[in-house]
Amino acid sequence: MAAMISFNDVSKCYPGGFEALKGVTLSIDQGELILFAGHSGAGKSTLLKLIAAIERPTSGSIIVGQQNIGTLRRSAIPYLRRNIGMIFQEQKILYDRNVFANVMLPLQVTGFDTRTSASRVRAALDKVGLLDKERADPITLSGGEKQRLCIARAVVHRPSLLIADEPTANLDSNYARDIMAVFESFNQVGVTVLISTHDRMLLDSTRHRIIELKQGKLVA
Amino acid sequence: MSNWLSQHGYALIRALRQLAGTPMTSLLSIIVFSIVLSLPAGIFILLENLRALSGHATDSQQMTLILDTAAGSADVELINTRLEEMTVIEGFQFISREVALQELQRESGMAEVMRNLEQNPLPDAFVVNLGSLSAGEIEKMQAMMQAWPKIAHVLVDTDWARKLDAMLDVGRLVVIMLTSVFGTTLVIVMFNTIRLQILTRRDEIELSKLIGATDSYIRRPFLYFGAIQGLAGAALAWLLLYFTIIKLNEALSELARLYATTFTLDPLSWQDSLILILFSGTLGWIGARWSVARHFAQIDHESAIS
Repeated sequence: MAAMISFNDVSKCYPGGFEALKGVTLSIDQGELILFAGHSGAGKSTLLKLIAAIERPTSGSIIVGQQNIGTLRRSAIPYLRRNIGMIFQEQKILYDRNVFANVMLPLQVTGFDTRTSASRVRAALDKVGLLDKERADPITLSGGEKQRLCIARAVVHRPSLLIADEPTANLDSNYARDIMAVFESFNQVGVTVLISTHDRMLLDSTRHRIIELKQGKLVA
Repeated sequence: MSNWLSQHGYALIRALRQLAGTPMTSLLSIIVFSIVLSLPAGIFILLENLRALSGHATDSQQMTLILDTAAGSADVELINTRLEEMTVIEGFQFISREVALQELQRESGMAEVMRNLEQNPLPDAFVVNLGSLSAGEIEKMQAMMQAWPKIAHVLVDTDWARKLDAMLDVGRLVVIMLTSVFGTTLVIVMFNTIRLQILTRRDEIELSKLIGATDSYIRRPFLYFGAIQGLAGAALAWLLLYFTIIKLNEALSELARLYATTFTLDPLSWQDSLILILFSGTLGWIGARWSVARHFAQIDHESAIS
């Protein structure tokens, strides 16, 4: 299968001089589910941010789909991101609107018509088991439910790539296993899934590929 | 196309919701817009009315030839022929001393005094309609006629209109200056209003960028917000001025009645009203555009660091 994402000798150095990634080369095939392991500060988040062009590489080249992230025009970034679903470490839920409206956002920004959007939002909420909470205020959700909301928001526009940065960080192990199962179900229908985690239990129990990072370098 | 429309419709709805969400702030900035706009617009209305008045005066410029009291009917006949030969003037009218006296008696309420006069002290006169001749031409004509026989005085009564015109020019300059100073102020007001809006919606803006919203999509509701406030401010200013004029006209009609004339102020013409409203909407839009450019760049910069 063709490589969906490839890193070629990628380094990322932040303005303060901190080198988050050092000469990373890797290739990810379409339809893979990969866990990125490593301590905090090992470069997992940076690596995921580079794929979504939230950060740009200092050197080396990153190809996502057919596009080179290093040279991608600023105006092309939104269209790259529309093929990616992202689950952020800090969740980024908007508390001024209900669950339904939160999940609706990715469709709204791409200009989906409202009727199709509504059925898609319900489908996404159904997949993560939040359909009965669509009118709920997100502040009333439990930690696990909030994370499910984030997942529904990440998949509502049916992206081919799903990126989750520490999705189980603040959840107890039962919830974490649930969340992992949701990711696996997306992977089974062909979505490429990239998850960063430092959750040992999750890493030990998985049968998927694990890429480990240590101080910005790949550990063989 | 329908997608484009729905995107704009959606931005408009969001802008209106933003307005409704902060009714007090929105109302205050609309009021600021209307007050700031109504001053130059009000002066403009006064100038337009004065200009109409003076335009009326300069369109019908007149020159009065006052004959020597010793002039006889032969002299009058001579002047009459000369005036008839002049093609540049629009027309003329002879007012004999007898007619002048009768009119004076009728109009000035000095009938008693006049009746007691032993002889008519008034001279014969010609009133010449000059049309819209230039000041230079009038001056040349005045000098020429002054040299005609039996002419005592040649009076031109358009000086005040020309002075008024010059003052109106100064007034127009003042309006332009006020408009640019106040316009800048309004842009700054809107810059700040939008800045606050952006700060309160910062999370939404950041998230929208991350989930693939284009810059113009994120910008659009703020631009609508600015433009709507500008338009609403101008509409309010227009209403303010309109009712002020109605009130002023009531007072003026009383004053004019005492002077036995009619004078009313006209409100802004519909073209000028349209210009006022579009101008204000544009100012709001510019302020919003500027604010968005400035503060979105800041958000980009800060979220890149974190």
